[in-house]
Amino acid sequence: MAHLLEFRNVTKTYTRGYFAEAGTTALQDFSMVLDEDSPTIMTVAGESGSGKTTLAMLLLGFIEPSKGQILYRGTNIKNLRGEERMTFRREVQAVFQDPFAVFNPFYTVDHLLTVPIERFKLAKSKADARNKMEEALSSVGLRPEDILGRFPHQLSGGQRQRINVARALLLKPKVLVADEPVSMVDASLRANILESLRGLHRDHGVSIVYITHDLTTAYHVANSIVVLYKGGVMEAGDVETVIQKPEHPYTKLLIDSIPWPDLDRRWGSDGMMVKEADGSDKGAKGCRFMGRCPHAIDACAVGVPPLYRVGPTQVASCVLHSTKPVLPAVQLTDVLPV
Amino acid sequence: MSAILQVRDLQVSYYTDLGRATALNRVNLDLQAGEKLGLVGESGSGKSTMALAMMRMIKAPGRIESGSVDIDGVDLMKLTDEEMRLARLSRIAYIPQGAMNSLNPVLRIGAQMMDAIHAHVPDMPKEAMIQRAKDSLESVDLKRNVFDMYPHELSGGMKQRVCIAIGILLKPKVIIADEPTSALDVVTQRQVMETIDRVQKEIGTAVILIGHDMGLMAQFVDKVAVMYAGRLTEVSAVRDMFTSPMHPYAQALIKSLPNLKNKGVFSGIPGLAPSLLRIPSGCAFHPRCTQAMESCKTIVPEVKDHSGRLVACHLYTEGA
Repeated sequence: MAHLLEFRNVTKTYTRGYFAEAGTTALQDFSMVLDEDSPTIMTVAGESGSGKTTLAMLLLGFIEPSKGQILYRGTNIKNLRGEERMTFRREVQAVFQDPFAVFNPFYTVDHLLTVPIERFKLAKSKADARNKMEEALSSVGLRPEDILGRFPHQLSGGQRQRINVARALLLKPKVLVADEPVSMVDASLRANILESLRGLHRDHGVSIVYITHDLTTAYHVANSIVVLYKGGVMEAGDVETVIQKPEHPYTKLLIDSIPWPDLDRRWGSDGMMVKEADGSDKGAKGCRFMGRCPHAIDACAVGVPPLYRVGPTQVASCVLHSTKPVLPAVQLTDVLPV
Repeated sequence: MSAILQVRDLQVSYYTDLGRATALNRVNLDLQAGEKLGLVGESGSGKSTMALAMMRMIKAPGRIESGSVDIDGVDLMKLTDEEMRLARLSRIAYIPQGAMNSLNPVLRIGAQMMDAIHAHVPDMPKEAMIQRAKDSLESVDLKRNVFDMYPHELSGGMKQRVCIAIGILLKPKVIIADEPTSALDVVTQRQVMETIDRVQKEIGTAVILIGHDMGLMAQFVDKVAVMYAGRLTEVSAVRDMFTSPMHPYAQALIKSLPNLKNKGVFSGIPGLAPSLLRIPSGCAFHPRCTQAMESCKTIVPEVKDHSGRLVACHLYTEGA
């Protein structure tokens, strides 16, 4: 089995100045594997400050891990050079949160599509380039004649975000990192963009890392989910089990806080109290969620709880489940369905 | 009981180089004291314009063309600029989108709150102002010592609650909250909304919650108003809206909501929201409507009362 992309015990610490103690750990000992043969859609969920975006940046090679390695087809991405590096750049693509910020207002939107074509020499002629652009746009449900030649300000947020998906598609990537792709788009357009993403996965075999704080869309799009809190994995597993039957108190809190558009499911009906993070260093050595957890006990402060296997496709890092067998952190992806 | 807020025939246009864009088209709205109304619609449907018009904060090239906004019997549109300045915060308060970024980073929270009180009640003694500000902070679940803190010492959710505390300082009759939680994550969002809910019950103001998150609406409001291309299409009690929406646009909106039963089924609303410069003739929704008839293309449907629910659609007009 060919590992396309692999995180091996990756830790990222942002330090201030030369005193490493004053650092913030944005991602702690994180391991995962994306396979080339079995593309998947994986959600990384969490609040702001949970390390979601750090994970995306690491994956794209924008920043380097403080500890551990990120391997692309078996090579550390730090050591990729020349042609290999270009292949990596082409095969790992991103769609970002803000569909307004990625466009240069001085160019027509064609620019965003022609640059990658030239850069990666995807087309033999002008006509071929044009064909490829039209094809990519059509496959995300846009009419090329409505889009090409227009300036970004003439298009809606949803159209722009779909152009971004089309651009990614143009490069025939293997992995797409989607960092909150729908959080700035109207609810009625969200469905269209998520559908384009799923089409990419279904028809083109692209693995998608879907980063979000919105568990409702995660549920509809993804196969598996990893819930992060302050850089640590709280719970992971297949998306249906985790969302319908969460085992970690943090996941329960998250799911209970979703404003469901359902009048019979009131907020907080599951009795999860919202506790303010008190800013103390409670849980500095142990479970990160301890300070806000309603079930916190002394054992939580002792050490970071390992991942306990609470089900065939579900793990939770919580001492409440300490009777269950432990899954080594490096094998995290083994429980995730594809 | 007479309505605390009465909006009549409110019309706002923006004069652009490409022509006149009517962002708000003869909107009528009533709100009772203590009522919570949700105002939903796509971007560009006129939600925020409506809020700004009620605050008389529309800036050029926009202009309030006509209409009245009555709060407690006083028409805000007839006030002088100075009177309007005093009416803001004391009669009608506005919590804008991303309000937490509106705090001045170099002033302590307390100083900013006292500024607001001083502007409206200049002769209030200092001690009483401090007391009022701290009480207000307490009522939004913040500690009294937040008064002496700077904005950077607070988290996003706490800053947003400071803005709510400022909003309720003078116990306004109406609070307009424009997507108050769009920049916050779910847990904080719930905290902030629960705060608004409790404060609203305590001082009995009416709240208009603007947003496009129908889930939030289901959890928070009593009544939902759906806007489309500058007009109200339907105003119904929240339960009616979610169980049996009448206007086809409201129906599509409710149908597009994700739930846990049908995984992977997306039903977006086909087509795009119309440009306000080129609003379709007749009913603005007819090009995207699955139930459109001949009359929809030419005649603008009036808002009509259907046993307590206000709907603007020819489907429910007799003889159409």
